[in-house]
Amino acid sequence: MAQEAENKDIDQYHYSKNLDNAVQYLSFALGREEYGVDILRVQEIRSWEPVSRIPNVPCYEKGVVNLRGSIVPILDLRERFNLSKAEYTPLTVVVVLQTGDSNKPRIMGVVVDSVSDVISVDKTEIQGAPDFGTKVSNEFINGLVSVNERMVMLLDVDKLLKLEDLDQVES
Amino acid sequence: MSIDMSQFHQVFFEECFEGLEAMESGLLTLDMGDIDSEIINTIFRGAHSIKGGSGTFGFTVVAEYTHIMETLLDEMRDGRRKVTQPAVDVLLGSVDCLREMLTAIQNERDVNNSSVAKHKAALEIVLNGGSMDESVPQVEHKPASESVVVNAAPDIPEEESGDLEEQGWKIAFCPYLDLLKTGNDPVRLFRELNELGELTTIVNIQDVPAFYELDPEECNISWDLKVVGDISGDDIREIFNWVEGDCEMEIQPLAKPIKSAPVAKIIDPEPLELVLPSNPSPKSAEAKPKVAAEIKKSDTQDSDNEAAKAMAKASSIRVDTDKIDTLINMVGEVVITQSMLGLVGENFSMDKVGQLKRGLAQLERHTRDLQQSVMNIRMLPISFVFSRFPRLVHDISSKLDKKIVLKLVGENTEVDKAVVELINDPLVHLIRNSLDHGIEMPADRVAAGKSETGTIELKAYHRGGHIVIEIIDDGRGLDKDKLLSKAIEKGLVEENSILTEKQIFELIFMPGFSTAEQLTDISGRGVGMDVVRRNILSLGGNIEIISELGKGTTIAIHLPLTLAILDGQSVAVGDETYIVPLVSIIESINITERMLNKVAGKGETFRLRNEYLPVIRMRRIFNVHSGNPTKSKEGVLVVVEGQGELCCLLVDELLGQQQVVIKSLEANYRRVEGVSGATILGDGSVALILDVPGLVRFSIR
Repeated sequence: MAQEAENKDIDQYHYSKNLDNAVQYLSFALGREEYGVDILRVQEIRSWEPVSRIPNVPCYEKGVVNLRGSIVPILDLRERFNLSKAEYTPLTVVVVLQTGDSNKPRIMGVVVDSVSDVISVDKTEIQGAPDFGTKVSNEFINGLVSVNERMVMLLDVDKLLKLEDLDQVES
Repeated sequence: MSIDMSQFHQVFFEECFEGLEAMESGLLTLDMGDIDSEIINTIFRGAHSIKGGSGTFGFTVVAEYTHIMETLLDEMRDGRRKVTQPAVDVLLGSVDCLREMLTAIQNERDVNNSSVAKHKAALEIVLNGGSMDESVPQVEHKPASESVVVNAAPDIPEEESGDLEEQGWKIAFCPYLDLLKTGNDPVRLFRELNELGELTTIVNIQDVPAFYELDPEECNISWDLKVVGDISGDDIREIFNWVEGDCEMEIQPLAKPIKSAPVAKIIDPEPLELVLPSNPSPKSAEAKPKVAAEIKKSDTQDSDNEAAKAMAKASSIRVDTDKIDTLINMVGEVVITQSMLGLVGENFSMDKVGQLKRGLAQLERHTRDLQQSVMNIRMLPISFVFSRFPRLVHDISSKLDKKIVLKLVGENTEVDKAVVELINDPLVHLIRNSLDHGIEMPADRVAAGKSETGTIELKAYHRGGHIVIEIIDDGRGLDKDKLLSKAIEKGLVEENSILTEKQIFELIFMPGFSTAEQLTDISGRGVGMDVVRRNILSLGGNIEIISELGKGTTIAIHLPLTLAILDGQSVAVGDETYIVPLVSIIESINITERMLNKVAGKGETFRLRNEYLPVIRMRRIFNVHSGNPTKSKEGVLVVVEGQGELCCLLVDELLGQQQVVIKSLEANYRRVEGVSGATILGDGSVALILDVPGLVRFSIR
């Protein structure tokens, strides 16, 4: 509770400081790490449900589900980031994100451990992503921001949802 | 109370485009000898409602422009003015110009003022000058009539007359993104240019996107070309004839001799100056900001493309009220059945089972009917596509100096909207082919003992679950021997191989063939035919050619009626369910492991009535690990046919037949090999639909 109150304080602090520069992010957890995505890209949050597997695709592309009549692919972010696998439980969450340009929007779901919070971030306080070397790819990370002493990695939704082998489309 | 007018814009634009279509077809049917006043009335009404609408919505540029057209048409209607062919041509050009203006406004782009001014000038000349031929000075006459003929590429300056010869030409050639999809290959054009004179090319690749965004089917490159030599402008334009409308292009003489320079200068700015003072109000010039000129060409091109995409997205269809009434009836029936079932369920006892079953049967019938009538709404008459061809034929035949009549048959045949949208480009290509290469010049026709006027027949009809579109010309036909010798020369066919007539005609669809140097008699017949065929195959159809040398050619396209629903057989592979399209299934056989013959290193075959067919193990090809492994000892072989090849799919179990609604996998995801789409099963889960030809290809690899 105390933490939440503190969070709120920080949010307010950001708001009062510069309303124009504030951007809201939805933060979620993968293991002990915390990530954030632009909240305007989030369409909905759902619980995990079994997917239909797609043959011969990278393992982090779990499969597709029926989302009110459209076929939506589900990516596992843990596997995408090469983190240890976690069992899917009823508490596992799928965040449905929008990507692509306005003419051709795509929606995709990403599996995360849990969603944490909505955070307001001052654009000027976003740090560039540091270079972790070759072991950890930082290509999806837009920047880092510190919220309440915790580090939140802000993800670039478009890059995250850019599927590999798109050039295979025309064979 | 203020009303947001923008909500009506979509309807306005639709009505305008409909009006324009009516005007166009009216203008084309006008018979010079015997003028039907009713047709002129129709054209007039079209112009009048566009004028009224655009006035209401504040599109003054359009309103002013149509006003001039209206005045002209009004005089024709009252009989004060004779209807002449030049006047009709100018009006046709105006229709194009209006369409351009409206598209620009619809996509919130700037109207191309110079082209509008050019057409306006042409109109006013007709209006003021009475009949075109006497009173109009030569210089002004030219851009007017020319702009009508080559309306598809208004950017080409028309100043150079054919016999004016230059030392060389500079060509800025900037193809639209979809140039390649229309089957045109710039390399071929350059090769031809090179034959005319020494060609230097400068490639602009600044518009090429990053690699991962690159679509290999899009042409992101533009060229600056320089041809040195004693070449006439007509020769150059002749080469670019085929890409007209698919590119932005500017042809300029390299070193301008003194005599042509002034001519070149007069024409372009002249009509502008000529019109603006006579303009009733200067608003049109002010209405659109002048930034247009500052926007780079490539930018406008991009926005064009995006706007086109956006338009396709927001497309709407007009539906016959009858169809909606049936739909409402159906829904009513469903509601009644539902309440009946509700009653049965309320106080259910075993003696009501019969009633329940009857109710369910009724519900099933009603839902099927409902589905059918909803699908029906998506059906459009093929005339949506056909209606633009009279104009195409009119324009091209007059450009080629050929006499050609286009006959349309079965325009009311209904097809799925998606098919209507996608069939257009292939058809344009095929008709152009027929016009350009199929039908001979009038003199040649007479010499061959045919009537001077060639006929192209465009025919649509239903056959089975398919729609067939035929393009029939009575031109010179395909020369089998020449095709074959060319194919052998190109190394596409083994020498001395014996091919059936059908196989020989199929050759023109081969990709290697299309890039071939032009053949003398059947020149260009192969250009882009591979693209046409690929487009049609991707629609789930096929294309065939019947031709007789000297008599003509028939190209028949078979397409599925709808792309949205499919009869499928669901099969189980491990824990997973897949759908096999029923049309591709020949038969299904229960087998045991022993019935398969192993071919060392090459997989397995199955002997079906003295024929060995390759077996595709679905488990292996789709990496399925779930399910009971002991069961893999035996399974069901589904014999399928994909693109003429028979093969067997080994699955675990057949589940049942059902109609499935095809959902795109690509909308949010991507194409997956061996899979043509997805569908949603009764329990809400997703099942993949197998792409049988793709699977066969995939398994071979």
